[in-house]
Amino acid sequence: MSAQKEPGAKELPKGAVPYRSTKEYETGDWGVARAKIDTKKCTKCTLCHFFCPEGAIQFNPDGTPNVDYKYCKGCGICAEECPAKCIEMEMKK
Amino acid sequence: MTANQKLVGMNGDEASAFATKQVDPDVVAAYPITPQTIIVERYSEYVADGQVGTEFVAVESEHSALSACIGAEATGARAFTATAANGLALMWEMIFIASGLRLPIVMAVANRALSGPINIHNDHSDAMGARDSGWIQIFCENSQEVYDASVEAWRIAEHPEVQLPVMVCFDGFTISHTMENVYVLPDEEVKRFVGKRVFMRTKGHMGETEYRLDPTCPISIGPLDLQDFYFEHKLQEVDAMNEALKAIPKVDDEFSKVTGRPLQYMYPYRMEDAEVAVVGLGSAMGTVREVVDELRTQGKKVGMIKQRIFRPFPEEALLEAIGDVPVLGVMEKAASFGSPGGPLYEDVRTTVYGSGKKTLIADYIHGLGGRDTSPDMIREVFAGLVSIRKKGKVDRPVNFVGVRE
Repeated sequence: MSAQKEPGAKELPKGAVPYRSTKEYETGDWGVARAKIDTKKCTKCTLCHFFCPEGAIQFNPDGTPNVDYKYCKGCGICAEECPAKCIEMEMKK
Repeated sequence: MTANQKLVGMNGDEASAFATKQVDPDVVAAYPITPQTIIVERYSEYVADGQVGTEFVAVESEHSALSACIGAEATGARAFTATAANGLALMWEMIFIASGLRLPIVMAVANRALSGPINIHNDHSDAMGARDSGWIQIFCENSQEVYDASVEAWRIAEHPEVQLPVMVCFDGFTISHTMENVYVLPDEEVKRFVGKRVFMRTKGHMGETEYRLDPTCPISIGPLDLQDFYFEHKLQEVDAMNEALKAIPKVDDEFSKVTGRPLQYMYPYRMEDAEVAVVGLGSAMGTVREVVDELRTQGKKVGMIKQRIFRPFPEEALLEAIGDVPVLGVMEKAASFGSPGGPLYEDVRTTVYGSGKKTLIADYIHGLGGRDTSPDMIREVFAGLVSIRKKGKVDRPVNFVGVRE
């Protein structure tokens, strides 16, 4: 996203109003690691979904968790909390 | 035609409270601090006596006072607060948020020295600390100017092209506690002049709307704004200050027609053929005027300029007021430790030398912590300026007046 293509101060709506939804801040690229889930070992307990501070873990149709890497910051809380130990933190290259 | 006005005895704090009573803002959130206390006392009496419709929020600190005003203004209410010195310092975080969120709050500041060591008397160190905060700053010379500014400030703050908060600054004790004659407008005239709050238009995720929190067309005000847009939003603030520079004279003209009292950026006095002159802010300029008259009777060609608005800095008006005066002294009640001079001095130099003028300028810092600025000290300043004129150069650019070395 080149800064040149974004609207300038004159085109932006006035005041401290966000130009776009914060959904569009793809914070997933902030992290150094990312959560990788072994769905074969997963017991579908849903704890990872509730512990994820970013709400980045949602579910596949079969009930196994699915990480949205656009928002996963790689904090590792899910891996720590997973009772089945099926989440591994994979370092980004 | 000017309105029918009543002459009332009031000190600066009372003038501020009385003007605000006539404006009747929706919310007043304030914490009493010397020398602003009387404003809060009077206003809470107005509320208790049912003379205003204001919701008075008795907060536990100045940080909360300004926070409450910010919340109120964001919903579209009018909010007023008042503070001084360490109270203003405690508001620090919220001062920048109020202006950054473009909320046209009006705040009285009864200027007082910042601790420490602790001191409750007047200087401008509190307001000067906030000079870069994005607030418009009006400095008053007397209670009449406090009254006028406390009414006018709302129209400047809420001007559709401006939408910035305003500090009405006046010298603690010297003005805040000194009874003076003040002409006051009838309530309905004040209400007519300030009208209803004006909003700027903005665009949220549900489309174009007024800039306020409204459940029928919600917007978010002030959320995370990082490398991608923060800078542009700051540029909007810069533009708003530039717009304020254009808007203030228009509001001044309109209000002058109501009161009959001229409102200007600069009040030049006996500058026509002046060879040396002084520029400054606030109540001390009243004493300077007396000394100018006295020196004029002795045939000395001296003049002065009282500056009313400090932010936005009225460069053009200053240059016009200075004219061809060859030597200019800046008298200010604030030191800026480690800097080339006081805050007013620096802005005056930047303005003057940026214009190509060769005026010789010296800074005279005086009255810190309420030290009296006597006519004798002002005579000393003028003597210094005359000697600069004779020598044709400034030997000591920054001088401290009335202090034991």
